[in-house]
Amino acid sequence: MTARARLVDYLLLAGGLWLAWIVLFEWAGPEALSPPGATLRRAGEYLTSAQFWPHAAATGLAFFCGCVIALLGGLALGFLLGAHRLAGQVGEPILSSLYSIPKITLYPVILLVFGLGISAKVAFGALHGIFPVALFTIGALKNTSPVLIKTAQVLRLKPLATARTVLLPAALPEIVTGLRIGFSATLLGTLIGELFASDQGLGFMLIRAMEAHKVLDIMALTLLLFAFAALANALLLAVERRVHPR
Amino acid sequence: MTRVRVIQLAVVCGAILVLELLCRLGIIDRFTMIPPSEMLTALGHVVATASWFWGDVRYTLGNLVAAIALSVVGGFLVGLAVHAVPRLRRALDPIFTSYYSVPTFVLYPLLIVVFGIGPTSLIVLGALFGIVAMIVATVTAIDRVPPVLLKVARVSRLGRLRTALLMKLPAASPHLVTGLRLAVAYSVIGIIAGEFILSTEGIGRRVALAYNNFDNQTMYALLVLILGFAIVVNAALGSFEQALHRRWYRS
Repeated sequence: MTARARLVDYLLLAGGLWLAWIVLFEWAGPEALSPPGATLRRAGEYLTSAQFWPHAAATGLAFFCGCVIALLGGLALGFLLGAHRLAGQVGEPILSSLYSIPKITLYPVILLVFGLGISAKVAFGALHGIFPVALFTIGALKNTSPVLIKTAQVLRLKPLATARTVLLPAALPEIVTGLRIGFSATLLGTLIGELFASDQGLGFMLIRAMEAHKVLDIMALTLLLFAFAALANALLLAVERRVHPR
Repeated sequence: MTRVRVIQLAVVCGAILVLELLCRLGIIDRFTMIPPSEMLTALGHVVATASWFWGDVRYTLGNLVAAIALSVVGGFLVGLAVHAVPRLRRALDPIFTSYYSVPTFVLYPLLIVVFGIGPTSLIVLGALFGIVAMIVATVTAIDRVPPVLLKVARVSRLGRLRTALLMKLPAASPHLVTGLRLAVAYSVIGIIAGEFILSTEGIGRRVALAYNNFDNQTMYALLVLILGFAIVVNAALGSFEQALHRRWYRS
């Protein structure tokens, strides 16, 4: 698979999506969907407008804080539970059922606890992201080959040295996968938080467009968000491929 | 294994007890959260007295079942197609991996324009949430079919249909159940989110109404109901999944 063939594939995919979009537009009408060309133009207008960037910065700040909490908290939780066998057996099912609950139902609770504003957004983002990071870390530590751990014992490595030189490198690929999924989940959580409880940010722009029923604005914002998420994901996927053993 | 279960139960009960104490002692005030024991009695009260309860439960559950069916069947078929064309799969991969970081329900208002306010919009929204998880799970499931089984099929001269039905499908079943579990979890999110935003019926709408009316009793009662339902369904599918895993990948 050469780079050029891959590029052709992506171009074909983009063309296919464009075509599907046009067909859907023809079927559903301008009331429900905006045509692709106009949507792209509006997205471009957003990127150059002065009102857009403060909102994007507000979202970015909340997302960044949520990510830091989710990633560090998830890693700490994962290492705590993953390093100890019994703790892992007890904690993992609890974490995975917490991961699977529809966290969107908790948004009234988050609002009551944190009030409107950035802390609710950060809390909602972190709440979404922390569980996948912790679960992937536990899984990664659990799947570390016993031979490696025995080798570390034979070499009489201290626990900290074992963690740093053996466990972490062995678990890193899966941890990076967890970080990528945690990143996506945090972005989702932050945006949901903004949709329901905020006076600024991209989610707030979206809910305003939804309430005013501006189809073009909804589609353009969704497109921008999707492009951002896909781009960030592609970057993290590239990192993931580098750390995964061949 | 029983020891682990006992500790798990102790951890969960302890957490609920701490929450109960925090609420009772007034460290968490009543306008923020009511004690867990009151949530349960409030739920009992709602079930016993609210005339809307069973109708709304039926509405939400019916939509949920339809959304799950759509996303599982659709996701399985699309997954088969995507797996059959490696180039398509490589091209679609970035879409699949970033799909769940965008709140899909921003499209809900557009769905309402097309399908109107009512079950159809909610079902389509729930299915949009669930389907990608099922597609990805199906692709993974076919990937993970052990090559030795395919060799056995060839040695036994099974036809393509019988290879698919007798070898591939059973060996892929644990991962397919994973997809089902995820599709259920995501469809619940989609349906409840849709009802929160705009709906004329349903449990999610009742939560939003209770929140707007500062009716914490009803709100927490319904939250406990939804979360409890999600946890029980997920746990049941999870243990089914593990039983299949043990059966197929005993090593």
